[in-house]
Amino acid sequence: MIAERRYRTGDRVRVHAANPPGHRRVPAYIRGAVGEIERYCGAFRNPEELAYGFDGLPQRHLYRVRFRQVEVWANYEGGQRDTLDLEVFEHWLSCAAESP
Amino acid sequence: MTGNSDHEHVHGEPVLSYADDSRHDYDETGRYPLMAAAMRDLLIERGVITAQEVREYLEFMDSRDGSLGGKIVARAWSDADYKARLLADGTAAVGEFGVSLDGIELVVVENTAEVHNLIVCTLCSCYPRAILGLPPDWYKSKAYRSRAVNEPRKVIEEFGTALPASTIVRVHDSNADMRYLVLPARPANTAGWGEERLADLVTRDCLVGVVVPAGPE
Repeated sequence: MIAERRYRTGDRVRVHAANPPGHRRVPAYIRGAVGEIERYCGAFRNPEELAYGFDGLPQRHLYRVRFRQVEVWANYEGGQRDTLDLEVFEHWLSCAAESP
Repeated sequence: MTGNSDHEHVHGEPVLSYADDSRHDYDETGRYPLMAAAMRDLLIERGVITAQEVREYLEFMDSRDGSLGGKIVARAWSDADYKARLLADGTAAVGEFGVSLDGIELVVVENTAEVHNLIVCTLCSCYPRAILGLPPDWYKSKAYRSRAVNEPRKVIEEFGTALPASTIVRVHDSNADMRYLVLPARPANTAGWGEERLADLVTRDCLVGVVVPAGPE
């Protein structure tokens, strides 16, 4: 059994600025950034455990989070409305209103 | 830090182009190719798999290309109900073409008059292989993977497509359990075309989002 998911589409979330060792599916460039839940993708086995031969259970909630490009890159040269979507597991997210 | 700073200044080498980056990732005498070859040989030696199975799977992988993607897109352009299903549940909708994604889910993103979508996997080379087969070398190159996220317009322009400044560019980093496919906009002057003819307009690169399908002259 996995816990009920914490976020809904439209919620503002912050990606943890952590830098733990090991296999991680959160690219370094997005750590610490704030975005908005675009959709819930479902629950999947945790790739950070699967990478080492564990079963990846319990499954983790996965979301697609949409970020504004101008907030991700200080030198972004495209349009103000350009976006970047990534998949982020729930244990990498916290509510953006909470202090990082 | 910007995503492309790592390899621009390494040892004073010039910026890597899409073509020459392969020497980093696919040197057959490199550590990972040798490990992969050793693993394959051990699995064959222990009877877990056979050389014939490896060859058959490679042949199957190589048999897929953008043509199936073209058929899916042409169906969506011709049939509004199919398009709605494709956008709502890509995995199920491509299943109607006999495609199985083996537990991976497909998200289809639609190009419109306002929005252009681009797919990349910055961490490795996640790609909708069940539909498009093996990704092209440029998709796996460090240059594409780092630049597509932070200067997508420039990358798209280098592939030959100039997007209007007003277009919203949406980049999708395929970094976990979803795979992505771009549904391009139907080109003008194709009214009345059948699915087969429409499918011919769609190439693999259109489905990744580095170009848009060219319409008739």
